[in-house]
Amino acid sequence: MEVVSSVKDRANSIKIRAGRVDKFVKVLLGFWALFVGLLFPLIVVLVLFKESKLAIDTFGLVKFLTNSNWDPVAENFGGLTMVVGTLISTFLAMLIATPVSIGIAIFITELAPKWLKPIISTAVELLAAIPSIIYGMWGFLVLAPVMGDKVEPWLQDKLGNLPIIGQLFSGTPTGIDVLTTSLVLSIMIIPFMAAVVRDSFNMVPAIMKESAYGLGATQWEVIRHVVIPYTASGIAGGLILATGRALGETMAVTFVAGNNPQIPKSLFDSFTTITVALANQFTEADTDIYLSSLYLLALLLFLVSFILLAIAKYMILRLEKRWKA
Amino acid sequence: MKKTALALLAVGTVAIAMEITGAGATFPQPIYTRWAAEFYKATGNKVNYQGIGSGGGIRQIINRTVDFGASDAPLTPEELNKHGLLQFPTVIGAVVMTYNIPELGKTVLNLDAKAVCDIYLGKIKKWNDPYLKQLNPNVNLPDRPIVVVHRSDGSGTTWIFTNWLSKTCPEWKEKVGFGTSVKWPTGVGGKGNPGVTNYVKRSQGGIGYVEYIYAKENNLPMARIKNREGVFVEPNIKTVQAAAAYAKWDKSKHFYQVLTDQPGKDTYPIAGATFILLAKDQPERSKKATTFFKWAYQNGDKYAEALHYIPMPSNVKNMIFEYWKENGVAP
Repeated sequence: MEVVSSVKDRANSIKIRAGRVDKFVKVLLGFWALFVGLLFPLIVVLVLFKESKLAIDTFGLVKFLTNSNWDPVAENFGGLTMVVGTLISTFLAMLIATPVSIGIAIFITELAPKWLKPIISTAVELLAAIPSIIYGMWGFLVLAPVMGDKVEPWLQDKLGNLPIIGQLFSGTPTGIDVLTTSLVLSIMIIPFMAAVVRDSFNMVPAIMKESAYGLGATQWEVIRHVVIPYTASGIAGGLILATGRALGETMAVTFVAGNNPQIPKSLFDSFTTITVALANQFTEADTDIYLSSLYLLALLLFLVSFILLAIAKYMILRLEKRWKA
Repeated sequence: MKKTALALLAVGTVAIAMEITGAGATFPQPIYTRWAAEFYKATGNKVNYQGIGSGGGIRQIINRTVDFGASDAPLTPEELNKHGLLQFPTVIGAVVMTYNIPELGKTVLNLDAKAVCDIYLGKIKKWNDPYLKQLNPNVNLPDRPIVVVHRSDGSGTTWIFTNWLSKTCPEWKEKVGFGTSVKWPTGVGGKGNPGVTNYVKRSQGGIGYVEYIYAKENNLPMARIKNREGVFVEPNIKTVQAAAAYAKWDKSKHFYQVLTDQPGKDTYPIAGATFILLAKDQPERSKKATTFFKWAYQNGDKYAEALHYIPMPSNVKNMIFEYWKENGVAP
């Protein structure tokens, strides 16, 4: 009798102790998640807001956003050119990278012979490990001359005279411009996108594909009507990850963008982005309003990223719902 | 226990040697670091200099977080008085115009303020412009568009360059002005001296402005610039030092003096000193800094010249020593 009760007691005490440990770990991890996920971004926003208050008070948020002047001498600052530059280069990079990444993923999961799969997979993943400054130097020293001397004059020759589109190919091709920057950016984000898309393609149940083949579908039809719809949210997830990276990229862009605060009217114009302006000017910003305007730019980047990612997340949810229905 | 005591003792002995901290401009960082190394060998005192940029250096000395700040552009006497700061120059640098015109070969290009101004305003667009031909009568300048390159990052080099243009070209002063970064009317921006140089090297017909030191170390072509007296002068140690020697330094204005467009037949017109900032209300900390710089003025010229910096002329150095005494920060 006694023996039984003591065993029971011990079991109980172990249970209680385990419960305590459980609780402790829960609180700890919960706090950690709260800190990283919620408090930390909040602190960043607060600091950015505090530092940029002077600029907001002086120029007004709307006026700052619509002013395309960036004149440190006259202390007249506006962020329009940088915000537009960031959005354009990110958009173009996504435009180039999305089909290429999906193509790579399709090739790796569906088309490539078995022995080739790991080789290509690893090669694409290795692209992600290259530091961005290397991309910048490669873009500047290798890609930009080729673009400026060969590709862009050719494009201008073929497309420059078309109505409307022709405007995009006007100006002197230098290779230091929107087009080259978007190309370099797209190569940088392709590995992220391709890896995520490939993983979600791999998760398509074999039975689904097999039943489609059983119904007489061709390989293309299976990819088009089974694999891609099934993995739509995975593809969108890859897009989000890549957008985040493209928005914040600095080192590579500063090499090939030309760093001019102007709104590009053609693909061959130089331009600048928010992060490039920050990296270039932060150390030598000598007046308070100058520094504050740079902080305001940083705040804008934070907001732009936040809004873009929120939109993307919303789109994934809608896609998932539609697929389930 | 014993070990900790020993360690504490060791820390204690090291702490007796002086440690001087400074932060600011990146342009003089190589020479300050070199001086610091030699100073440590000679005296056992450590100097810790961080090249965080002039803007950061000014902010740090205003907040009194460092013993000395460093700035490429001088602060005006009003700003210095407002923040209770002292200021003096250490070494001189120059800005040179480099270019990429394959047709020129070894011939050196002649430029004057009006030519550079019009090129950077976008008014002179081709190398065979009549005005450029007039400056270079014996040179066959090609019918090639000029690719204008400037710095994209804020920089003391830009400050000196645009200050020179503002002094010599009324249109520039009115439309652009001068500063560590300005609103450029034309051209592409490269990051740092290497960025500008690469853009110029890559584009035939390119022109850009870079630090003399950088141009010298990389054997870049450097244009002769017409000075106030109408003489075309090439940049070298003698012509840049001439700018400092002829300039009127004024202790009561805390050496506020920009060495652009200075008088003298042999003066190179685009030069500028780099400056040290001290806190007037903290004489003990400032004295530590002046100890270091006094040593550097007396023993450091050879290291400066090896790195292609131009040392201050000796008359200016003596003035700085007096300035320290007058303000109670002499070592």
